[in-house]
Amino acid sequence: MTGQVLERETFGHLFAELNKMGFTLIGPTVRDKTIVYDELHSVDELPIGWTDEQDGGSYRLRRRDDEALFGYVVGSQSWKKYLFPPRSVLFEIGKVGDALTFSEPERSSQPRAFIGVRACELAAIKIQDQVFLGSGHVDRTYQHNREEIFTVAVNCAVAGGTCFCVSMETGPECNAGYDLVVTEVIDEGIHEFVIEAGSDAGQKVLAALPGRPAVDEDQAHVAAIVADTAAHMGRTLNTSSVREVLYAGRESTHWDDVAEVCLACTNCTLVCPTCFCSTTEDVASLDGSTATRSRRWDSCFSLEFSALHGSPVRSSTKARYRQWMTHKLAGWQDQFGSSGCVGCGRCITWCPVGIDITKTTAAIRADSEVLG
Amino acid sequence: MTTEATPISVRSAEEMLPQPFRVTEIRRETPDTMTLALEPTSGPGIEYAPGQFTMVYVFGVGEVPISIAGGQEGKLMHTVRAVGAVTRAICALGPGDIVGIRGPYGTSWPITEADGRDLVIAAGGIGLAPLRSTVQYALNHRDRFGYVSLIYGTRSPGELLYEDELREWRSRFEIEVEVTVDRAADGWYGDVGLVTNLLPRIFYDPEKTTAMVCGPEIMMKVVARELGSRRVGFDDVYVSLERNMKCAIGFCGHCQYGPDFVCKDGPVVPYSQVRNRMRVAEV
Repeated sequence: MTGQVLERETFGHLFAELNKMGFTLIGPTVRDKTIVYDELHSVDELPIGWTDEQDGGSYRLRRRDDEALFGYVVGSQSWKKYLFPPRSVLFEIGKVGDALTFSEPERSSQPRAFIGVRACELAAIKIQDQVFLGSGHVDRTYQHNREEIFTVAVNCAVAGGTCFCVSMETGPECNAGYDLVVTEVIDEGIHEFVIEAGSDAGQKVLAALPGRPAVDEDQAHVAAIVADTAAHMGRTLNTSSVREVLYAGRESTHWDDVAEVCLACTNCTLVCPTCFCSTTEDVASLDGSTATRSRRWDSCFSLEFSALHGSPVRSSTKARYRQWMTHKLAGWQDQFGSSGCVGCGRCITWCPVGIDITKTTAAIRADSEVLG
Repeated sequence: MTTEATPISVRSAEEMLPQPFRVTEIRRETPDTMTLALEPTSGPGIEYAPGQFTMVYVFGVGEVPISIAGGQEGKLMHTVRAVGAVTRAICALGPGDIVGIRGPYGTSWPITEADGRDLVIAAGGIGLAPLRSTVQYALNHRDRFGYVSLIYGTRSPGELLYEDELREWRSRFEIEVEVTVDRAADGWYGDVGLVTNLLPRIFYDPEKTTAMVCGPEIMMKVVARELGSRRVGFDDVYVSLERNMKCAIGFCGHCQYGPDFVCKDGPVVPYSQVRNRMRVAEV
């Protein structure tokens, strides 16, 4: 595939071109001492010159010694908030006399360009596509939000302290699921972007950019950057037979060890880019003529989540953590044909007590090996 | 633009959208349980297979999964126990009230697959509701089956569902109907004790028996184990699972039981599929 190389000075043309095509641009920007995803109006709003230091229960922004645009990994937010929003309306109900009418919410066109989607996040979107579009039923909200997305992916040039995409085979290189993929190259006086297309729509945008054609040397730069990132993963997770290991380890004592520190705060499920559980809410108007049924993100860590006839099936924190992790790494494979974990490390970083899915898995594995 | 997954089967685009049903009759079964007859206010209504469930919506209150107890030609019969906000609201409905219903959802009892076999239908408490239409099916197609038995247990005589029907089913002498209660009351001359106590009394050939069991999890486990010890294969014992449920189509995540979504992989599953899980607490 022929790519283009844009200089730092002309990178803004990509934003301008997407704007011209009618896309609202959404991408990373610095807010509240973290990197969040929000609407962008110019390249200047990117986290220029910032990087992030991540570890179990710890996230800090630090200054880089250069002006890189994409010199960090992922923050607490993921693209999930746009495709499967924290709140959405399921249906509206009208009441006239005794009669009820049910109608879907109105949905308007919203062409959006996602800027800076990482390989693990492409994998997460693919997984949620499978959940909401490819499992027998179609989720109308997700389907609508998923249409009209133009994806500008970015190959990670740094690995975060809690990253393990190499273990989950989702990164760091973006291989599919994007319209354009960008690799930022910073080296002795050069600051440029190697851009390749992954779709016809991407090809059209690429053709309109004022870059030079990529040559072998540029491709070599990209390969070296990706290889270096892959070599510096903060974590590893042994996925060999992990499904069998977790099913066999349902009664391992390590779940008790985790439960001793787990606050059941739900952070891991909210930051996870693949967690899809939701609950519902009903709000009726004061005059009783209309009602709205909505859904909002829920978490298997909450006590009410499994409530049956008023009492929870999973009353202990141990059972709730076990449900989350066993679902993510084992049950997901039975349900959707892939792991539910992409190795982004968010659940480790944003856990207030630093519970580490890679360490828990290793502990359960060690246990199961002892037990045979 | 780069959506890779393609829907396996796109059902109605409005599958999350309920259709209005009118309550035509509501009858008290027990102090906390009502049976409702419902008909669509317009349109074809809902055709179902025994064992499936619907989502019942009460205006401004919410939606709950309720097993289908009966109904024909698009009409439905639901038996509901008042245990939460929505089920309390359903039990407080009167004739003429409108609710929203969507469905049917989930797997069904293997009643047609059981052609030529003996049937053991075992119910505990309100677990008789999703089995009611299998009893009716067996009575209506009596010559298709060998021995057919219903064993039914509740906590007390006052908690028996469908008492008139139980009498009628028994009086036809076409199937065996055995009832037991945990605690007797004045005027009770029947059995006292666990529903498994009734198993030695009924006829079935373990080699060609299909068992359909619905009740509290512990009851289903005990009945399945007991049938197993009498050489009925665990693949031939079916149980109906119950879990918290918000969407009924595999999106909300609440009903997960191990790798299964009870809403679409269940509620009816062979016991062999869940036997190992049922041994572990809080799965």
